[in-house]
Amino acid sequence: MALNEEVEALRAIPLFQRIEASKLRLLAFTSERVRFEPGDLVVKQGDIGDAAYIVLEGAAEVLVDTPQGPLKVADVGRNDIVGEIAILIDVPRTATVRAVEAVTALRISKELFFRLVAEFPQMAVEIMRELAHRLDRTTNDLREARAQLAAG
Amino acid sequence: MEKTIYGFVFRHSLAQQLFLLALTVASFPVLYVSLELPKQIINDAISGSGFPRSLLGLELGQIEYLMVLSFAFLGLVLLNGAFKFAINTGKGRLGERLLRRLRYDLYSRLLRFPLPVFKRTGQGEIIPMVTQEVEPLGGFMGDALAQPVYQLGILVTIGAFMLIQEPILGLAALALYPFQMYAIPKLQRRVTALAKQRVQHVRRLSDRIGESISTIEAVHADDGSNRLRADIANRLGGIYDIRFEIFRRKFFIKFLNNFLAQLTPFFFYSIGGYLIIEGRLSFGAMVAVLAAYKDMSAPWKELLAYYQQQADARIKYDQVVQQFDPPGMIDEALQVEEAEALPEIGPDSRLAFENAAYAEDEISQPVRSATLSLGLDEHVAIVGPSGGGKEELGLLAARLAVVTGGRAHLDGTALAELPQAVFGRRAAYVGPSASLFNASLRENLLFGLRHRPLRPAEAGPEEAARREARAAEARRSGNSEEDIGADWVDYEAAGAAPGEEMVRRMVEVLTAVGLDDDLYTLGLRGVLDGDAHAGLAGRVLEARKALRSRLDAADAAAPLEPFDADAYNVNATLAENLLFGAPIGPAFQVENLAGHPFVRGVLEEAGLLDRLEGIGLQVAKIMVELFADIDPGHELFQQFSFIDADDLPDFRAIAARADRLGLEGLEAEERERLLGLPFLLIPERHRLGLIDDAIRADLLTARRLFRERLPEADRASVEFFDADRYTARASLQDNILFGRIRHGQAHGAARVSALLGEVVDEVGIRDAVMEAGLAFQVGIGGSRLTQTQRQKLAFARALLKRPALLVVNMATAGVERVAREMLFLAARTAMEGRGIVWVLEAPELAESFPRIVAVEEGRTVEDGTYEALREAGGPFARLLRQ
Repeated sequence: MALNEEVEALRAIPLFQRIEASKLRLLAFTSERVRFEPGDLVVKQGDIGDAAYIVLEGAAEVLVDTPQGPLKVADVGRNDIVGEIAILIDVPRTATVRAVEAVTALRISKELFFRLVAEFPQMAVEIMRELAHRLDRTTNDLREARAQLAAG
Repeated sequence: MEKTIYGFVFRHSLAQQLFLLALTVASFPVLYVSLELPKQIINDAISGSGFPRSLLGLELGQIEYLMVLSFAFLGLVLLNGAFKFAINTGKGRLGERLLRRLRYDLYSRLLRFPLPVFKRTGQGEIIPMVTQEVEPLGGFMGDALAQPVYQLGILVTIGAFMLIQEPILGLAALALYPFQMYAIPKLQRRVTALAKQRVQHVRRLSDRIGESISTIEAVHADDGSNRLRADIANRLGGIYDIRFEIFRRKFFIKFLNNFLAQLTPFFFYSIGGYLIIEGRLSFGAMVAVLAAYKDMSAPWKELLAYYQQQADARIKYDQVVQQFDPPGMIDEALQVEEAEALPEIGPDSRLAFENAAYAEDEISQPVRSATLSLGLDEHVAIVGPSGGGKEELGLLAARLAVVTGGRAHLDGTALAELPQAVFGRRAAYVGPSASLFNASLRENLLFGLRHRPLRPAEAGPEEAARREARAAEARRSGNSEEDIGADWVDYEAAGAAPGEEMVRRMVEVLTAVGLDDDLYTLGLRGVLDGDAHAGLAGRVLEARKALRSRLDAADAAAPLEPFDADAYNVNATLAENLLFGAPIGPAFQVENLAGHPFVRGVLEEAGLLDRLEGIGLQVAKIMVELFADIDPGHELFQQFSFIDADDLPDFRAIAARADRLGLEGLEAEERERLLGLPFLLIPERHRLGLIDDAIRADLLTARRLFRERLPEADRASVEFFDADRYTARASLQDNILFGRIRHGQAHGAARVSALLGEVVDEVGIRDAVMEAGLAFQVGIGGSRLTQTQRQKLAFARALLKRPALLVVNMATAGVERVAREMLFLAARTAMEGRGIVWVLEAPELAESFPRIVAVEEGRTVEDGTYEALREAGGPFARLLRQ
């Protein structure tokens, strides 16, 4: 069952790991499944973000515009989430994501995302936890970078 | 308008009233004889003697005599009935005509109110006056003369009879009438005053309700509903008090009346009895008088009722008429009558204001002294601080308001003396919010060109006779006889011939104001009506083919799944797949399919009925699971659930029962409800995996059966899809696509619309599509358009009539910047060599205008070019700096 596959994919994402299966089914059911052809842009740097995407199949690359042209900074694949920052806070997309092979993704619109968060507080807690983790990682990175600078 | 209701009634219906009166009087003898005859039948024919008798030279035996008299009686009854019928119909018709005239007069006056009246008076107050309040007046006006005369006649006859029979008793019977005639009107007067208050209170109530509706957003946004409830409760309380007081007094009058009516028999018994005992009065005479008195009470009651009705009608009439007579009404002759020849206005004309002043009432005088003269080949911008009088100056320039001081004239003729037709036809006005009608774009555009019926509608002799009869009846009620069905459009003013050229001209104007893309989109979404698609169908099919060939080229990723008679379309609902056509009327609408016996039969035969019910059960279970915790009012429900929040508990119960008893254990009605669910499923969108290949294959069988077996009676309820035929019921876009946009393709919709644009241009139907867009219904007040679209439409309407003068009044304040620039360009270009007065919301917008007039505190303070005024450092420069 297609919907069930999507629920499994959602379950594999840390953000949704602790959320009940029935809520994930609702999330999957109310989200649109979108197919990108190779070369299609999933999100474009500088655009206003209106949705986050969860990759169900295929591969894409993350590109950042630099004065020297686009620079690839990461790969995205199955069960990765893309574009969640821009729907949490109103900033333009910070990078471009381009499909390398045909990508099937679950499109979670900003509205739906916030509605679900409002409806299910445990989701909000999970998101906070995830963001805290990232902040912690970033802080560590920063500390190491400073230490290197001081040492260097 | 006549000051009193009697004035109105007699002025417009005296002859008919007198005719009715004559008819009434003529009916009296018949009535009398029909009362007299029974006596003769009993006394003379049945218990009489001396037969045979001769009647009109015929010898008649007793039986024959009885028969003759009986048939005479029957004839009189019929004649009497015929009189009553004629009188009542006459009254009814008279009343209805007068009511029609009254309503029409009121509405016609409404159209002549000066504009400031509408700032003070709400719709809610005015509308009920024309619709409900005058309704009871119709009945009264029909009765106005005949009824009191008729009842009074009866009363007098009986009174005279009694006086002749027995003068003393007669006097006793009549003694109390003078007192009643004095006392009751006095009491009634107070009731009347209360009724007057009631009318006013109810009017204000309806105005308040209307206001609540128009401000509903603020009511919700500010949680103001409780305050409004309290206000309405307070008003209802006031109305209750008045109504209760009215009842109290009304019933007191009734009590008094009944008491006095019973008091008279008291005199009969005491005085009459005394006279009989004394031997001065015969017993028979007293019985006769008593019987006659009883007959008097009916007409007396009728008269009193008439009196009450009359008092009521007078108040209603007074109150309505007062409201419809505001000071400053536009002269009827200037608006209604068609002038022989209207003054010519052209580029050489001059519009001038000298010390013009304009006051709305005693307190507010927005324009104090405006002096301005402009040729109707000039483009003048008017700028100033808001509230400084520039908007009112705009109204004056468009002659929507008339100066109250100083002079305003066009080529030497005072504006106030010009018929409304002069500016109404040769000038155009665009105000801050477009006045749009709940009609199509086309109708809204043409409103500016429809002033008089110009070409009679074509009609056969029968239709012409019907129309003539209608016009004759309208004439009798003083209504407009102009035929609404005629062609009113002034094509000459638009500079286009009727028909195609006019349509092209409308599209042209809409393109100029930047509505072309919208028009195209609306046209694609629109369903062409019968005749319109006939000429277009062939080319639409061409476009369909062109689109198909483009899709074939890149099939795998095609954003569109075409309809195919032999394939299941996974991007369409199961219902669409079954019908493979567009439903017409309710029979095959998706919500009715599960209950349709023919549909059930077809599914049964294809072996699908049970399986689809099973799928319905699964859908129900999934929905129950998914939406169990969600608040019923939540948007998620409305957007995504197959089941209404209200029905969810039912389906939960059905699912639980099915778990225990199996599908077979369910009631027929429950299974029908389950069957309704899968019809909505779109496999690609919902991804529930319930519509497998076997179901799809069997559904194609069902589709074929449906088409082959469709009963004759249902043929008209569905239009089948056919790759080589135009589907009249579907929109233009659906006809070209002939398929469904695939779900789940990134940018699929955008790619489809790009493709659509390509093929539309390839077969050259873009213009035709835009023309189809003219049929788009704009909604109440244009609510289906955005604010910017509405203003664009208002500009288009103004430009379509190629006016000699265009007055724009703060019309682009709510318009997006790009659109505003477009409107400026469109209007300025179209009006090249003709006059523009443009009241601007911001001074910097004036830069492109050759002449600028600054207005401050109701005075024109500066007049010159942009550069000159900016350099001068005066009021305009100050405005620019702010």
